Amino acid sequence: MSTVLLLLITGLGLGALYFLVASGLSLIYGLMGVLNFAHGSFLTLGAFLGWEVARRMEDGSWLTFGVSILVGAVVGATVATLTELLLIRPLYLRHIEQVLVTVGLSLATVALFEGIWGVDPIYVVGPEWLNDTTDIAGALIPNDRFVLIAAALIVLLGLVVFLKRTRYGLIIRAGVENRAMVTALGVDVRRAFTLVFAIGGAAAGIGGVLASHYFGYVSPLIGGSLLIFAFIVTVIGGLGSLTGAAIASVVVAVLQQFANFYLGGTGDFMVVALLAVVLLVKPTGLLGSKA
Amino acid sequence: MTMIRRLRTSRLTPWVTGGLLVVVVAVLPLLDISLPGVLPGSTYTPGTLQLLAFAMVFAALALSYHLLFGVAGLLSFGHALYFALGAYGLGIVLRDTELALVPAMAVVLMAAIAIAAALGALSLRVSGIAFAMVTLAFAQAGSVLVRRNPSVTNGEEGLPLRVDNIPAELVGVLNTRNVYWLALALLVVVFLIVAWFERSRAGHVVAATRENELRVRVLGMTPFRVKLITVVLAGGLAALVGMVYLLLQSGVTPAVMTADFTLTLLVIVVLGGVGSRWGAVVGGVLYTLLDQRLTALARSEAIQDLPEFLRIPLSEPLFILGTLFILVVVLLPGGLAGVARRSLARADTARARAGRNLDEEARP
Amino acid sequence: MIADPILRVEALSASIDGQQVVEKVDFEVPATGVTAVLGRNGVGKTSTLKAVLGLISRSGVVEFDGVRIDGERTHRVVQRGIGYVPEDREVFASLTVAENLRLAARGGAPHRDMVDELFPDLVARTAQRAGSLSGGQQQMLSLARVLMNDNRLLLVDEPTKGLAPRIVTEVAAALERAAAVTPVLLVEQNLPVVRRLAHTVVVIEGGRVIHAGPAAELLDDDERTQQLLGVHSTDHSAPRGDTDHSAPRGDTDHSAPRGADNTREETS
Repeated sequence: MSTVLLLLITGLGLGALYFLVASGLSLIYGLMGVLNFAHGSFLTLGAFLGWEVARRMEDGSWLTFGVSILVGAVVGATVATLTELLLIRPLYLRHIEQVLVTVGLSLATVALFEGIWGVDPIYVVGPEWLNDTTDIAGALIPNDRFVLIAAALIVLLGLVVFLKRTRYGLIIRAGVENRAMVTALGVDVRRAFTLVFAIGGAAAGIGGVLASHYFGYVSPLIGGSLLIFAFIVTVIGGLGSLTGAAIASVVVAVLQQFANFYLGGTGDFMVVALLAVVLLVKPTGLLGSKA
Repeated sequence: MTMIRRLRTSRLTPWVTGGLLVVVVAVLPLLDISLPGVLPGSTYTPGTLQLLAFAMVFAALALSYHLLFGVAGLLSFGHALYFALGAYGLGIVLRDTELALVPAMAVVLMAAIAIAAALGALSLRVSGIAFAMVTLAFAQAGSVLVRRNPSVTNGEEGLPLRVDNIPAELVGVLNTRNVYWLALALLVVVFLIVAWFERSRAGHVVAATRENELRVRVLGMTPFRVKLITVVLAGGLAALVGMVYLLLQSGVTPAVMTADFTLTLLVIVVLGGVGSRWGAVVGGVLYTLLDQRLTALARSEAIQDLPEFLRIPLSEPLFILGTLFILVVVLLPGGLAGVARRSLARADTARARAGRNLDEEARP
Repeated sequence: MIADPILRVEALSASIDGQQVVEKVDFEVPATGVTAVLGRNGVGKTSTLKAVLGLISRSGVVEFDGVRIDGERTHRVVQRGIGYVPEDREVFASLTVAENLRLAARGGAPHRDMVDELFPDLVARTAQRAGSLSGGQQQMLSLARVLMNDNRLLLVDEPTKGLAPRIVTEVAAALERAAAVTPVLLVEQNLPVVRRLAHTVVVIEGGRVIHAGPAAELLDDDERTQQLLGVHSTDHSAPRGDTDHSAPRGDTDHSAPRGADNTREETS
């Protein structure tokens, strides 16, 4: 029983990471039709700069941890905004070229990160409490899982409130459904494009800092490896659906944990198998309307 | 002058040029030509032949990817899977069985085709960007399979080639030129198959689905089937290329199965010009040479002595290639083939204008 | 020539995915009343409206109230005071009625009261998702989105398509009310509605204007109507949406519509 609980909560923690990456991917795709391959680089850069700031501050304090998360969010939002303005916008509506540009950006930035920080993992130190465990019904749960889950819930809640309660949220929801008609009502939808990139980048940057604490290190490849699972999550959840991304993140990560433990490390396969099943049964994903 | 123009406009011209080019490339190992800065040594040295053979293998692989992306308009992020399947499959069959090279290749090709058909049928249930993501996921599963089963694949170490059952002419540094010719033959064969497919009925239909799927449906053909045929053909060709790669490299590592490897193919095809066979070939060769030269450049003193903010980016070949790729996408739609086409067209109009001016001057 | 037209279109061409769907169209919309754009299905009427708005790639001159707008992006064109009611309503199905209206509101939606009065059905359903409304209610929402703003021109595309006769009357009444203060460019296949609302008609065929003049003059001439539109102007009994399109093609038409145009008109 305690093993099941441990796997479940660890899965939720990993799912939280997936969601932080997938939420931005899904919103960007839903509104703009752009598959953002550079999203992993937003995450990696957030993680590195979060670490750079943290190591210059007091080691292991909560303030340092909080500041590094904030740095990750700001860095992610900034590079994402620049990417949208400088590379995506000039190729407006040319979706394939937009994807290609983000592919080039991801290749170039990963190489650049390797040049700056080296290819070896850099170990990160967080508040002592993160490395401790909490006893829940007999299961010893590493505390960083709770932080991840809390962060993802806060981001999810923030996004939902933003989408439901603000004018830009309204524009984004309408734009995901029918972009052309939004402009035909006199709304400049392009500003919303920059905004979703910034929001997605911020979530990825937060995810980067948290991922470095979850894995215990940061490396130039950290973003790319999470990105692949985030892609799977967005397809399973339904492209463009935030709720779908949230549900699929949890399903994928929990399945992965259980399969890794009970089925001899086959977690990654089970995830791809799940993807295959979803494609066979419902190609649009759990909550998606377009494929 | 008129003869030159007639030669250019003839439909046979590219084939004649191509044939001549093949002959030139075929005799290179017998010649002693040095191109400092482009090739590491003279054309008969094993190092240079190895590099050129690599370039041709990459060109052939790029051609198979051109079928998917350039002809069918399918953006796949998992094409490396079939290449790796060929390389690993042949390596494993040669190690674990006593089959000779050709039967072993046939077995692996069959397996690759079967897998391409199964995965293709599944991933073609979605289109566009979702197709890209799904192919990526399948390739990732393959990559994990290779890394997690060291007893079969030798894991991160990579799988060495067991040479017991392959012809002695293809083994060893001294025989590099034989493998070079094999790579050339592969490139020619793949080029001809791709050209033949593009001219076939299925090729025309799949090109039509790229432009307008609805219209193909209206014409009573199923886009799904022709796309699947394309995916299977591209996968089979990639596996074939992977097998030659194994022979050339005397082994294979999991690096050829990563998403980055497929992205490299995408870079090559876009660099050369999407939709252009010659673009894929030129892109493949150019990329291999650039990659090799940039790596050499990164280690050179000229770069190592630079201040940090220049040294770090310039000593990363992939950074330069990635940046170059972005610039091509943004500034040069159509890639190298597009540039060539535009300059030819410009030369033609210039000539036409010059001709008209002459006519006007000739009038009283 | 009309004195001070609100909209002047000259040599307007447009294409979708590289296919030309509008070819060098010229017409003018007077600053008052309803101008109807007529023509058989798929001749480029919807595309003409979209080209005026910049929703599809276009070339040529579009002049709104004396100002060139053909270089402007869609949202700027709309902000100048051009309201667009698209074919097939295009309400945002996942948004509520209230959200649909909020998204469209410009400048404090000065005519919200009139809209509430015209469409009491919508007032009762503000919290309902637009996707769950009936076709007629969706059409009213689509109209309401536009009518609550201050407009100087309305582009309305087939507002009565597929609606029950009672709803057709309601929609026509709403349009009539709007047209009393704002000029309307109306694409409409229902000729009784055209007769009731329109002062001027423009007939398009194969992407080109083939007739322009007073509405009554054309519709009173049954033979000419039959020749230009393939339908009888007096055929009041025909149910909407089917028979008026299915008149045998090309029997009276010698300018042979090009095949591409008949299949390519964008309906999304």
